[in-house]
Amino acid sequence: MGEVILKVENLEAHYGKIAALKGISFEVASDQIVTLLGSNGAGKSTTLKTVSGLMRASAGKITFLGEDITKLPPHEIVRRGIIHLPEGRRIFKDLTVTENLELGSFILKDDAERKRRINSVFERFPRLGERQKQLGGTLSGGEQQMLAIGRGLMAKPKLLLMDEPSMGIAPLIVKDISIIIRKLHAEGTPILLVEQNSKMALGLADYGYVLDTGSIALQGKGSDLKNDENVTKAYLGAAKK
Amino acid sequence: MFTTGELILQQLVNGLIMGSFYALVALGFTMVYGIIKLINFAHGDIYMVGAFISFVTFGVFSYFSDGVLGVILAVIASMIFCAALGFAIQRVAYKPLFDAPRLSLLITAVGVSLIVHNAVMVQTGGQFMFFQSSIDNTAGFPITENITITHVQIFMFIITAALMAGLTWFIGRTMWGKAMRAISQDKDACRLMGINVNKVIGLTFMIGSALAAIAGGMAVVYYGQVHFFMGYMIGMKAFTAAVIGGIGSIPGAMLGGLLLGVLEAAGTQITGSAWSDVFAFGILIIMLLFRPNGIMGKTTIERM
Repeated sequence: MGEVILKVENLEAHYGKIAALKGISFEVASDQIVTLLGSNGAGKSTTLKTVSGLMRASAGKITFLGEDITKLPPHEIVRRGIIHLPEGRRIFKDLTVTENLELGSFILKDDAERKRRINSVFERFPRLGERQKQLGGTLSGGEQQMLAIGRGLMAKPKLLLMDEPSMGIAPLIVKDISIIIRKLHAEGTPILLVEQNSKMALGLADYGYVLDTGSIALQGKGSDLKNDENVTKAYLGAAKK
Repeated sequence: MFTTGELILQQLVNGLIMGSFYALVALGFTMVYGIIKLINFAHGDIYMVGAFISFVTFGVFSYFSDGVLGVILAVIASMIFCAALGFAIQRVAYKPLFDAPRLSLLITAVGVSLIVHNAVMVQTGGQFMFFQSSIDNTAGFPITENITITHVQIFMFIITAALMAGLTWFIGRTMWGKAMRAISQDKDACRLMGINVNKVIGLTFMIGSALAAIAGGMAVVYYGQVHFFMGYMIGMKAFTAAVIGGIGSIPGAMLGGLLLGVLEAAGTQITGSAWSDVFAFGILIIMLLFRPNGIMGKTTIERM
């Protein structure tokens, strides 16, 4: 295992008075895909939002590359190299594909480098290159997901947080998304993946955590969790007693 | 006597001049609305403060140059002052309410407007003040026997056109301009791109206020007087212009401003100047009835 780059300790977060995270701890190493699983409302998206700074942690500590980032605002966390691809893709519908990508590298001052990165995204996703002048809102779901991933890559992430990349995507394309994630990982980008699609996620992940109403219920190697029937129960939220 | 053609030409020039004022002020309305969905009722007062600062600083600069150069320096000083004022208002009055219901923000804006123009009233005793410079407001190019387009008017058209072109370039081509457009669509997604959203909102207020200050400075030269209440009606008209163009749309504000100016001038010619405000707001009502999103607006306007 590579060195630990993200370390989350006893993290708590609240929506008003309701506790969404009740003290969770996990780690991501530099050579890993780590997945967070769990049913709706288990706290998966909240965890990502708290790591990327969109939500304030009410207790606990988040350390990234040795630095305490718990209290940093999101735009500072992006500068540290954590890129969060939010649920629902959230591309800018009234901006062109190219403009969407450009904004992904907002923190970059060098326009020539920005162009190079856009071209490398177009090489990775030729469909986006064909549609570079089109408005983001006119793309199909799969293309929008590629745009969202491409926009994230524009910042050269040191850690990628992906929230439900398979959501709202045609089943055939989900396979493509898996291939993309595996390729990004092979190129050296560590990934923290949140998924409803546990089969897909565990197929990709080195290590997984199962969340249940704001706490970690189970954890283990991806391959072990895949064969554990407790995971299926917890994930489906249908563990009838 | 004026011929019909001359009347049309004269009203067209008048309309475009009024329209330039409306458009410059409307840009601030529309930019702020686009980014935080606030009808900034204090924006007309920024125009008024812009006029006053130009007036006062011209008094200083006129020792050095009492002509065009002095005016330009005064307007630049006024732009800087108003940009700072716009930023400060945003920071102190609006920012704490960004997460509050929209209505609280709107009422705060009305309050800020009252504070600003009453503060100026106290400072000036509510008097009209008259502007004097070596600029000749009547000099110009005679087009026909009765009609002259003045140098001041031409200068104002050029400035307005240049500002519009510059703003269009800024919004369309620069990273900060693109960030502004992106923020009006999805603030959280922008945060995740490393954009400091509050900084961009602050910048939007500064640019809008500086444009209003330029309009205010031009008004000082064109009308030759300043008064604490001069921002009220132009604020209303500029808001009308922004709605006509499609609030939130920058080209819409430019077009809406010029269009409102010209229509109002035409209406004045037909019905007499006493009815010109009725005419302008009549256009607003008709627009809201038949095309509430404006000429260039695409998103639905939310009801407050």
